[in-house]
Amino acid sequence: MKLIFEKSVPGRCCALLPACDVPVRPLESRFARKDPPRLPELSEVDLSRHYTALAGRVHGVNDGFYPLGSCTMKYNPALHEELAALPGFAGVHPLQPQHTVQGCLEVLARAEALLCEVTGMEQMTFQPAAGAHGELTGLLLIKAYHRDRGDAARTKIIVPDSAHGTNPASASMAGFEVVNIPSAPDGCVDLEALRAAVGPDTAGLMLTNPNTLGLFDRNILQITRIVHEAGGLNYYDGANLNAVMGVARPGDMGFDVVHLNLHKTFSTPHGGGGPGSGAVGAGALLAPFLPAPRAAAAGGGYAFETPPKSIGTVKAFYGNFLVVVRALAYILTLGGDGLSEASENAVLNANYLKALLAPYAPPACAGVCMHEFVVTLERLKKETGVTALDVAKAMLDCGIHPPTMYFPLIVHEALMFEPTETESKETLDWAAAQITGILRRAAEDPQSLHAAPCTTPVGRPDEVAAARAPKLRYRFDTL
Amino acid sequence: MGSYIPSTGAQREEMLRAVGVPSFEALYADVPQEIRFPELKMGTGRSELEVAAELRAMAAKNHVFSSIFRGAGAYDHYIPSIVKRVTAKEEFVTAYTPYQAEISQGILQSIFEYQTMICELTGMDAANASVYDGATAAAEAAAMCRDRRHSRVLVSAAAHPAVRSTVRTYCEGAGVEVAEVPVRDGRTDLEALQGLLAAGDACFYLQQPNFYGVLEDAAAFGAAVHAAGAKFIMGVDPIAAAALATPAECGADIAVGEGQPLGMPLSFGGPYLGFMACTHELFRKLPGRIVGETTDSRGERCFVLTLQAREQHIRREKASSNICSNEALCAMTAAVYMAAMGPQGMAQAAQLCTSKAHYLASRLGETPGFELAYPKAEFFHEFVTRTPVEPQRLLKALEEQDILGGLPVEDGILWCVTEKNTKEQIDRLVEIAQEVARA
Repeated sequence: MKLIFEKSVPGRCCALLPACDVPVRPLESRFARKDPPRLPELSEVDLSRHYTALAGRVHGVNDGFYPLGSCTMKYNPALHEELAALPGFAGVHPLQPQHTVQGCLEVLARAEALLCEVTGMEQMTFQPAAGAHGELTGLLLIKAYHRDRGDAARTKIIVPDSAHGTNPASASMAGFEVVNIPSAPDGCVDLEALRAAVGPDTAGLMLTNPNTLGLFDRNILQITRIVHEAGGLNYYDGANLNAVMGVARPGDMGFDVVHLNLHKTFSTPHGGGGPGSGAVGAGALLAPFLPAPRAAAAGGGYAFETPPKSIGTVKAFYGNFLVVVRALAYILTLGGDGLSEASENAVLNANYLKALLAPYAPPACAGVCMHEFVVTLERLKKETGVTALDVAKAMLDCGIHPPTMYFPLIVHEALMFEPTETESKETLDWAAAQITGILRRAAEDPQSLHAAPCTTPVGRPDEVAAARAPKLRYRFDTL
Repeated sequence: MGSYIPSTGAQREEMLRAVGVPSFEALYADVPQEIRFPELKMGTGRSELEVAAELRAMAAKNHVFSSIFRGAGAYDHYIPSIVKRVTAKEEFVTAYTPYQAEISQGILQSIFEYQTMICELTGMDAANASVYDGATAAAEAAAMCRDRRHSRVLVSAAAHPAVRSTVRTYCEGAGVEVAEVPVRDGRTDLEALQGLLAAGDACFYLQQPNFYGVLEDAAAFGAAVHAAGAKFIMGVDPIAAAALATPAECGADIAVGEGQPLGMPLSFGGPYLGFMACTHELFRKLPGRIVGETTDSRGERCFVLTLQAREQHIRREKASSNICSNEALCAMTAAVYMAAMGPQGMAQAAQLCTSKAHYLASRLGETPGFELAYPKAEFFHEFVTRTPVEPQRLLKALEEQDILGGLPVEDGILWCVTEKNTKEQIDRLVEIAQEVARA
């Protein structure tokens, strides 16, 4: 398909802006740029068709099954888009006088109260724009807390080796030293390894629970106690909260700070890689350190306030506000009963799909899983030469977005499935039939899987060439 | 009760049987009994109709001004209809990060096109797929410049307050010193910068136009920074960038900025978009997603996420940034906006902004007391005037006429004018200002 620059015709344009109704005042020439930017010159119909063609080369949740593990690709309700586009939200300037933005402040304050109830936290900030941003924010809270107590020795964050890559990267960005501890084979925390790792230099532990193998760590209360007794704090990575809404609260598990991915658990769309919202909830110890400002009830209305020991700001203004609008609509629609129903069915769907696949794709661990599960295709690879990547690519030809591949790192030839609660039994039955069909084909015709996909707009890309000689922008001189 | 679960009660029973558990509760046997199934103190679920009404009622509690003369980091520009239409396509809205290139070419190509447009706008060699906003872009840019021998970060005090505070928060986390370069007469003090610059400095951040709307002599700052062996970061307004000397022409190593003016509504502060571009020497240090061109198994041109060896999922604690999700849909919005405007439309928007801003400044100047705070400085679409009365009194009077006036700042009021403000609106504002001054 042509690039937008290759469709450009000199002199073509859209009639968008009026003539100048005041005297034209050019900029002083010493400030002017030499040449205009080579932006494409197109008519509106060209634009419409270009982006419609691009949309035809994208698979979204609305296109079909999207069991991408750890990403919670649930359906995004249509109502949310309508509400986020209301002029009463979208047309509001962030620096308007507070009495003219009471509705926006109410959205923030009510979403905060509801999400604190779901997580067992005291207060929440919506400033972080994504999960990793939330992690950085939460870790900066922990850092500020220890510093405020005059304890400069706590320089280390403990991270299990089954964690998402963002956890250690965030800890580094926050200026901590990362202590990796090995997990048990089921991805759960090895209590002995944890006991050996904690000490007077422990600032905290970062943990995803349910873990990245899809298991709820049954020792969770012991884990958080071990860290607390050593003087550290517990950080809850909310990537997998979709399993436990209304079932177990991170605060009750012993966590001091939590980040949520509103674009996962609370059904706001992911937009092809954002905008998201990495809201951070803090317990009583850390709430005074939250970023500023924070919306709070005041004098019968709402007002912004600065937490007494705030770490400052991690982003301009108040976060991705329109994402919070969508999440609030979702929570109000489901209510407390609906949230736990969503989690229960997310777990049911995962266990059901796991059971359907088990004869062909052995789960990485035995027993009941939470909202996602990992299978290992190590034996398949040994016997047929077909890899997890081949199987994932063959799924593309069936109209299924593949699961997360080769993660967590502690499982070989891993595929991580997260069907979510918004898929029907028929969809799961159909998908299982497609996937088991692929796995059966691995023995009979492995070559066809190495060659997959064959029905997608493009075939497998040469990623090595892309990285070896990077072409990161269109070159006009190649015309 | 509202729900988005399609499986019926009978189907759920059937699935529980297939899994081999007697009940939903049995799925949660690993959750310690004492914390299992807390009672959530919140309402029960509601229908779509009820929730829609409740959120609409909240939206109605906000006031949407019919004319806006306030910028200060969020700008009320015209958004072409085509931008809103094509970026609302469900395929774009509901997709995840384009890990599976074969079924994500639409998003990957749009980001590649966006990267190219950002390079064209800034004159730089390479751009990433976006970061969270202009403030975090500045903080990430500062991190790109640090190495073992260069650590301290210098920031102009005439940069946006949120940029300054976000850079400080990020640097404090990393244990890096930040120093601010003072402002004199609305401009960053070049001599003060030269006095401050030292051997271990990593970079200097300059905003163009600065927070007070003033155009800085950017190239002179670039030369001073490079003479000291540090990197030069420019934060630019993307509409002004269509008219102003590019960061590349001013010697910038990294150009960043708040992308909101490129087709994103004000939205009470977000979602917005941080754009980042840099020279060829630095592109391997760019944080976050980057799309590159390659060929597929059939020999056709296609696009992939590339240079992933920089990123957190490979490098873990050794990664220079933790970012993964960015603002992809906002980047696409910016690309559609720039394509719809084209080079002529962008230049026209910039010229309308400047002409109308100067018109307001000169009309306000007719009334004694409303002089420009920095009369010698050239400005783009924002400027500070002094006020003959208490700023709040004037702003209140404007508000009563459905006008959002400028932002109160130390030396008066920071006004902003865009292509959306008509001559009639501007004249009306001036009329009210004159009345208030007379009263």
